[in-house]
Amino acid sequence: MDIIVCIKQVPDTTNIRIDPVTNTLVRDGVPSIINPFDVNAIEEALRIKEKHGGKVTVITMGPPQAETALRDCLAMGADDVILVSDRKFAGADTWATSYTLSQAIKKIGKFDIILAGKQAIDGDTAQVGPGIAEWLDLPQVTYIRKLETDGQKAIVERMMDDGYESIEVRLPALFTVLKGINEPRMLSLKGKMMAKKREITVWSADDIEAEEHKCGLKGSPTKVVRTFTPTPRGRGEIFQGEIIDQVKELVKRLQEMKIV
Amino acid sequence: MEIIIDAEKCTGCTICSKRCPFAIIKMENRLAVIGQGCTFCGVCVEACPFSAITIYKDQEKHVDLSAYKGIMVFGEVRDKKFANVALELISKAREIADQIKTHVITVILGEKINHLAKEALSYGSDKVILIDDPVVKDFRTDAYARVMVDIIRDQKPEIALIGATSIGRDLAARIAIQLHTGLTADCTGLDMDMERRILLQTRPAFGGNLMATIETPYHRPQMATVRPKVMKIGKRDESRKGEILNLKPGITEEKVRTKIREIIKQEQGEVNLEEAEIICTGGRGIHKPENFSLIRELAGLLGGAVGASRATVDAGWIDASHQVGQTGKTVAPKLYIACGVSGAIQHLAGMQTSDIIVAINKDADAPIFNVATYGIVGDLFDVVPALIKEIKKVKGLE
Ligand SMILES: Cc1cc2nc3c(=O)[nH]c(=O)nc-3n(C[C@H](O)[C@H](O)[C@H](O)COP(=O)(O)OP(=O)(O)OC[C@H]3O[C@@H](n4cnc5c(N)ncnc54)[C@H](O)[C@@H]3O)c2cc1C
Ligand SMILES: Cc1cc2nc3c(=O)[nH]c(=O)nc-3n(C[C@H](O)[C@H](O)[C@H](O)COP(=O)(O)OP(=O)(O)OC[C@H]3O[C@@H](n4cnc5c(N)ncnc54)[C@H](O)[C@@H]3O)c2cc1C
Repeated sequence: MDIIVCIKQVPDTTNIRIDPVTNTLVRDGVPSIINPFDVNAIEEALRIKEKHGGKVTVITMGPPQAETALRDCLAMGADDVILVSDRKFAGADTWATSYTLSQAIKKIGKFDIILAGKQAIDGDTAQVGPGIAEWLDLPQVTYIRKLETDGQKAIVERMMDDGYESIEVRLPALFTVLKGINEPRMLSLKGKMMAKKREITVWSADDIEAEEHKCGLKGSPTKVVRTFTPTPRGRGEIFQGEIIDQVKELVKRLQEMKIV
Repeated sequence: MEIIIDAEKCTGCTICSKRCPFAIIKMENRLAVIGQGCTFCGVCVEACPFSAITIYKDQEKHVDLSAYKGIMVFGEVRDKKFANVALELISKAREIADQIKTHVITVILGEKINHLAKEALSYGSDKVILIDDPVVKDFRTDAYARVMVDIIRDQKPEIALIGATSIGRDLAARIAIQLHTGLTADCTGLDMDMERRILLQTRPAFGGNLMATIETPYHRPQMATVRPKVMKIGKRDESRKGEILNLKPGITEEKVRTKIREIIKQEQGEVNLEEAEIICTGGRGIHKPENFSLIRELAGLLGGAVGASRATVDAGWIDASHQVGQTGKTVAPKLYIACGVSGAIQHLAGMQTSDIIVAINKDADAPIFNVATYGIVGDLFDVVPALIKEIKKVKGLE
């Protein structure tokens, strides 16, 4: 089975701090990582391949430095990686991003399953996966925590707000995965060494026959007009005294607010 | 769009480079240089003390925006009842519609859901479109997207609002591509720019560390998914009248490519996290999986749901569906009680908009206290049982 995994390189938010004086995001020296959900997507792809044979191709749209993320995918065991990169793609919203990725997938041609993460931890929209499915006219199931396939169809478990569903879908199809779907493998030193030596394929807008007016900022219907850091909540009241008195005080407050 | 650094004004102070959320501004010869990957977010423009950075926007061609009127709400249904977010959005749509003098249309999909039309009118809809058909009985992307796209093409609303639920986010993303319009995700603020008649959509990104205001200036409808429990449900007025339209779906069962084999609802008695008014969360501080029973008891007593930190989920102490945070669920209950949770930034991302946060932790320096409305520094194995006892007492259960 041929599987395409879409990954995004994101800043490691564990290291993001808010400057207490200026109340702005400090990203100095913050390392880039593969979006955590996408690591699970790669793992799932590798497991399907290990069971059914086939090929795992990982693609990302991003600046040249996204190459490092793709090398980690090779180290995990991906067969092929493609960097979709062009100045024309800069500033893309999810409409333009999913268009660009779908053009790259069309160029790859053959696939049974496309996997994406539930959402990217920077943009946080969860819109790119479904967007790609729409451009390619594929069925989709989002937020899955389990996937089984016989090569013709897949049976997946989808998280809902009030439980979950077991869903059957004919392939080819696109799925977005939750963290709970698997436990990703560690990178081996050998894998890392091998990945270092590989040439990374880079596709430009022309290579994927992307129409310029649908790419990047130009092709994006949404515009970010302002960004700001939210006002912090601020420290509240820390009760003092014996535990039992603190508990009584707390319950009194909650009663006053008619919560208890 | 182009971003330009004025070499005359730039002093090489590095402030922009430190502030850039994408870390792509480098210093070369004491001059800022914007690298690849710029999203034109404007953080550096505002940060620069010397006004040395400017973004030049392209002039864009206007499409016929005047052909689009009214505000459409996707009235999400669960078990033949409105999800709360549907009523929140109808109320918000009513408010905006009064401001810009237009109408509200609510679309309801499902089977045997005719009774919901009146309810939608009573909360402020002027028109209700019902699709009562087996093909849309349960949510399936293909069927719902087809029906919604047809209705939007026909009704031409200028704004379309959908709940940012696991159904709404799946659906909205496909509709927006088909309609070739912008979609702002998971909004927590909606305001009108009255002069330009444009919806200003504010949303958290970077796990809640950055807020962005987003517009869709040249495409219609302006689409947004809106986070549940943010907008307030308005007053119900049973005497409100309006138009009710029954339509047939433009898709048949054979065209739907996914089949639901089984629907498993949450265990009886378990409250859905996202809808819960009260959440009691256990972190690694509870030490053992069995001790979740203490958290469950507290939650049960308050009629709330049980949340968990990622550390406890990763340790296998509780199912991942309970995880609160950046890679779990985003919640905003009236009361959030965190027991033995340190308050890592990724945990805060999922709960810091709760009305009241109570932190119970033995470490007075734990970051959770920085967002807590009320804090108790102490061993949770002393505090929580005492709290349970006290609540039982005031509830007259003891
Ligand atoms: C502050 C801010 C707010 C924004 N808000 C919006 C908004 O409301 N609406 C909007 O349309 N755009 C928005 N954008 C733009 C958006 O972040 C970009 O379009 C981004 O390229 C993709 O969106 P995402 O990060 O939300 O990814 P998501 O849609 O959350 O990503 C889901 C999955 O899609 C795949 N994927 C995502 N990006 C790529 C990629 N570049 N290459 C390969 N696979 C990928 C991954 O598998 C990922 O796990 C915003 C940008 C910023 C900076
Ligand atoms: C990309 C990424 C995404 C993440 N997403 C999430 C997410 O969605 N949700 C999430 O929760 N985390 C997430 N994390 C993990 C996060 O960084 C923290 O590791 C995690 O939240 C810690 O969980 P904890 O507070 O339970 O454990 P700890 O940090 O170990 O804290 C335990 C706390 O319990 C206190 N304690 C111990 N014993 C007692 C006692 N007897 N009485 C009272 N207090 C006691 C301690 O003082 C301590 O503060 C993410 C991390 C990354 C890198």
